[in-house]
Amino acid sequence: MSQLAASQATSRILSALAAALPADALLTEPEQLAPYECDGLSMYRQPPLAVALPYTAEQVQAVLRICHAHHTPVIPRGAGTGLAGGVLPRADAVLLSLARLKRIVRIDPLARVAVVEPGVRNAAISEASAAHGLYYAPDPSSQIACSIGGNVAENSGGVHCLKYGLTVHNVLGIKGFLADGTPLSIGGEAPDDSGLDLLALMMGSEGLLVVVTEVTVRLLPRPRVAQVVMAAFATVEAAGDAVAGIIGEGIIPAGLEMMDALATRAVEDFVHAGYPLDAGAILLAESDGTAEEVADEIARIEAVCRRHGAVSLAVSQSEVERLKLWAGRKAAFPAVGRITPDYYCMDGTIPKKHLSAVLRRIAELSERHGLACANVFHAGDGNLHPLIFFDANQPGDVERAEAFGLDILRACVEAGGVITGEHGVGVEKLDAMCVQFAAPELATFHAVKAAFDPAGLLNPGKAVPTLHRCAEMGAMHMHGGKLLHPELPRF
Amino acid sequence: MPVSSAGPTGTLDAQSGAGPAGASTAVLDPAERILADAICAAAADQRVLHLRGGDSKRGLGGTAHGEPLSTLGLRGIVDYDPAELVVTVRAGTPLADLQAELVAHGQMLPFEPPDWPGATVGGAVASGLAGPRRAFAGSVRDALLGARLLDGRGQVLRFGGRVMKNVAGFDLFRLQAGAWGRLGVLLEVSFRLLPRPQREETLRLPMAANEAIQRMNRLAATPLPLGGAAWCEGALHLRLCGSAAGVDAALPGIGGQTVEPAAAAAFWAGCAGMPPGHRPAADMRGPDQLEVPLWRLSVPSTTRSLGAEGEFAVDWCGGLRWLATDAPPSEVRSLAASLGGHAMAWRGNLAQPAMHPLDPVRLALHRRLFDVFDPHGVFDSGRFDAAAVQAASGAT
Repeated sequence: MSQLAASQATSRILSALAAALPADALLTEPEQLAPYECDGLSMYRQPPLAVALPYTAEQVQAVLRICHAHHTPVIPRGAGTGLAGGVLPRADAVLLSLARLKRIVRIDPLARVAVVEPGVRNAAISEASAAHGLYYAPDPSSQIACSIGGNVAENSGGVHCLKYGLTVHNVLGIKGFLADGTPLSIGGEAPDDSGLDLLALMMGSEGLLVVVTEVTVRLLPRPRVAQVVMAAFATVEAAGDAVAGIIGEGIIPAGLEMMDALATRAVEDFVHAGYPLDAGAILLAESDGTAEEVADEIARIEAVCRRHGAVSLAVSQSEVERLKLWAGRKAAFPAVGRITPDYYCMDGTIPKKHLSAVLRRIAELSERHGLACANVFHAGDGNLHPLIFFDANQPGDVERAEAFGLDILRACVEAGGVITGEHGVGVEKLDAMCVQFAAPELATFHAVKAAFDPAGLLNPGKAVPTLHRCAEMGAMHMHGGKLLHPELPRF
Repeated sequence: MPVSSAGPTGTLDAQSGAGPAGASTAVLDPAERILADAICAAAADQRVLHLRGGDSKRGLGGTAHGEPLSTLGLRGIVDYDPAELVVTVRAGTPLADLQAELVAHGQMLPFEPPDWPGATVGGAVASGLAGPRRAFAGSVRDALLGARLLDGRGQVLRFGGRVMKNVAGFDLFRLQAGAWGRLGVLLEVSFRLLPRPQREETLRLPMAANEAIQRMNRLAATPLPLGGAAWCEGALHLRLCGSAAGVDAALPGIGGQTVEPAAAAAFWAGCAGMPPGHRPAADMRGPDQLEVPLWRLSVPSTTRSLGAEGEFAVDWCGGLRWLATDAPPSEVRSLAASLGGHAMAWRGNLAQPAMHPLDPVRLALHRRLFDVFDPHGVFDSGRFDAAAVQAASGAT
C-alpha cells in the first residue's frame, strides 16, 4: 500500500469508529495514546493506531465489526497490569479498552454468584459481596487494580489458589464477541455447559479468541478465621521437606509460601516482619476456615514443621500479627528492588519435589552468569519466581540477565515443569514457548486460534509463536525489563 | 529441543500437508503405536472409530457408531508422588485401580466419578461425569492438569503439564473433559488430587424438595465443610467432610439424623451415577428395559423443584436435577433452556444425541474445532448435537 493509500485507509477506519462511538470514547492524539503504549512489562512500547473506550457491549461490538470490515487488528485490554506484554499495541491496531464496562450487574447471595462487566476490578467483586459474607476467591497480587476481564484472559491465580483454584475454577460463564462481532455466550449459572467445554478454553486465552463483555463468577463464603505459621529452616531442602510433610499430612493450606535466604534478608531489612536473618529459608503457611478447623490445622502444621527441624516458629495470634507476617512476603519484590538497580522476575512452575535441585541449578547458573538471584516460591503449587539482579546501565548486564532467565526456564522444563505459572506468555515468553511445545502442538494452537478468528485480527502475534520463529530460534532471546505500576504489590 | 525433531517446517501448512499417513514421529510406546496406526488407517480409508475403554458407559447418552478401538492396552500409573497432589495415569487404566492406589495414600480424585464396573480413567475424563462432590470440589476438567493424546491425524500432542499452575498455551487438555473422545484418543492424563477428608458425616433431614433446595443453598453460603448436598426420597442429604474438629463443630447446627457410614458411602457413590428414588431402579446395563426415559438437567442451583415435571432427585447443591419423564425430548430441552440450563438425555431415549442442542454460534465453533483435531472425521460423534455431527463428517 502506498503511503497515501495507507493514510486514507486509516482515516476511513477512524471516521467509522468516531461515528459509532461517543466523542470521548475514541483517542487518536499522540499524547492521548501514550498511556496505552505498554502494560506492566514496560520495556516494550508501541503506541496504537487509536484507543477505543466503549461504555457498552453494543459499542464493543461496533468497534469489532468496524475493525473487521477494515481488516484492522484489535487488541483487547483490561487494566493493563499484565507482566508479559499481552496487551502491547501495534501501530496498525486499535486498542480496545474494556475499562469502562465496570458495572456489577447483579449479586445473588443465595446462588452465590456475581455477574459483572469485564472492567470491574478483582477486589471490587469481593468488596461488593462482603455484606453477604461472600467473596471472590482468586486474588492475584495486583487485585486492587487488575480487572476480572484481564483475569479471564490470563487465568489468574493468587496466593490462595492451591486451596481455592485459579480463575478457571471460579468463573461460571462469559458473554462476549468473536473477532468479527458475532455475539457469543458460554456457560452460565448452570454447571457444565453442553457440548465441548469452550468456557475452559476461553480462560487464559490472552485475548486471542474472544472479547469478553460479561463474566459470571462463583462466590464463596468468607472463612471465619485465618491464621498463619511462620517457620524458619536452616536450608531450602529442609523447608521443602516440610512442604511435602504438610501436604502428606492431608492438609491443603490456604497459602503456602517460601523465600530463600537472600529474599528473606532483603525483606527483613525493608519491612522488619520479624523473620530470622540466619535462616536458609522461610516458610509461611496459612490456614483458614472455622475456628475449630483452623486451630486443628495450625497445630498440625506446627508439628510437621518441628518434625522437619524448624529452627524457629511463630504463629499469628491476631489479625495484626497475621498481616505483619504476610507483609514481608508481599513486599518481596519491592524489597529486592531496593538492593539491586534492576531485577528480572521469572515465572516457572516445577514439581515441588524438584525444588532443591532446581534451586541448586539456579545457584550454579547465578555463578556462571555472574548475577545474583533471590527466590520466592509459591511452595504449595510449585510456582517459582526467581528474581535476577542486574543493572541496566552496565553494558552487557541486560543480555546476561536474559540469558540467565532463559537457562532458568530451561531448567524448569527439564524438571518436568512449565515456562509460565501465572504471568502468561504475551510477547515476553514467545521464544520460551518453543522450549515447551513441539511443532504439532504449536500448529494446533494456531488452528484453534483460526477456528475462533479466521482473519487473525484479535491480539495477533501474542501467546503462541510462529513455527518459523521457533525454527529460527538458534539463540533464544528472552527480554527482561522494569515493571510498570511499581505501586502495585507483586508476589 | 522439541522443535528440531519436528524439523524446521517454518510454515503452518506443514500440519495439513502431512495427511493421514503423516503420524508424528514423537516417541510412542507399542500400545500407543497400535492406536496411532489404527487412526491413520481409518483416516486413509475414511472409516469411523468408536473409542472404547471399559465400555461401562455403553448406551449412555447416545449410540456409538463405527469400529471399536480399545484403549485398554494403555494401562498403569505413570507417576504418582502424594506430596505433589498430582497423579499421571494412562487412559486405559481401570478407574478402580487408580482409586485404590489413591486411597492407599489417603488421597482422592476431587470430582468423584461414577465407579461403574470396568470404567477406565480415559472414559472418566472423556465423559466428563462428576459426582456429588462436584458442587464443592470441582468438575472433571477442574481437576485436569494435562493430557497426552493422539489427534485424528495420528499425531501425538501434549497439552498442559503435571503442575498446578500453568498458563502456557491454550488449555486444550481441559477441552478433552466431556468431549467423549471426539477430539482424540487420550493416552495419559494428569490430575490434581485432594486429601481424603479426615472425617465424613452424612445427615438425613426429611423435607420437601423446594425446602431442601433453599436449605442447601443457604448452607453453602456459610463457611461449613460441605462435601455433598442432595435431595431424594423425601429427604435432604448433607455430607460434611473435613477435619474431625471442623466436622464435629458443624454438626450440631444442622440437625437431622446421622446416616451410618457404610450406608452413607453407598448413598453418595450411588449418586455419582444416578441418585436413588426412581422406580423401577435403572439398571446401568439394561437401559432398554426402562419404562420412562431419564434426563439429567443442569440448572442454576436455586431453581425451584421440578417435581411436577418428573424430578425425582436433586444433586450438586441444586445445580443438577434428575427427571424421569416421557414428555417429548423437545419439551424437556425447552424446560431446561427456559431455566437457563441444559438437558442431557441419560437413559431410555437413545434415538437422539444425548447433548443439548447448541446455538448456531457455538455449533459453528464445534465444527471448526472438530476439523482442527480430526480433519478426516475419524472419531465417532454419536453423543453430539446431530447438526455438529453432520457438518463434521460432511467437512471431509
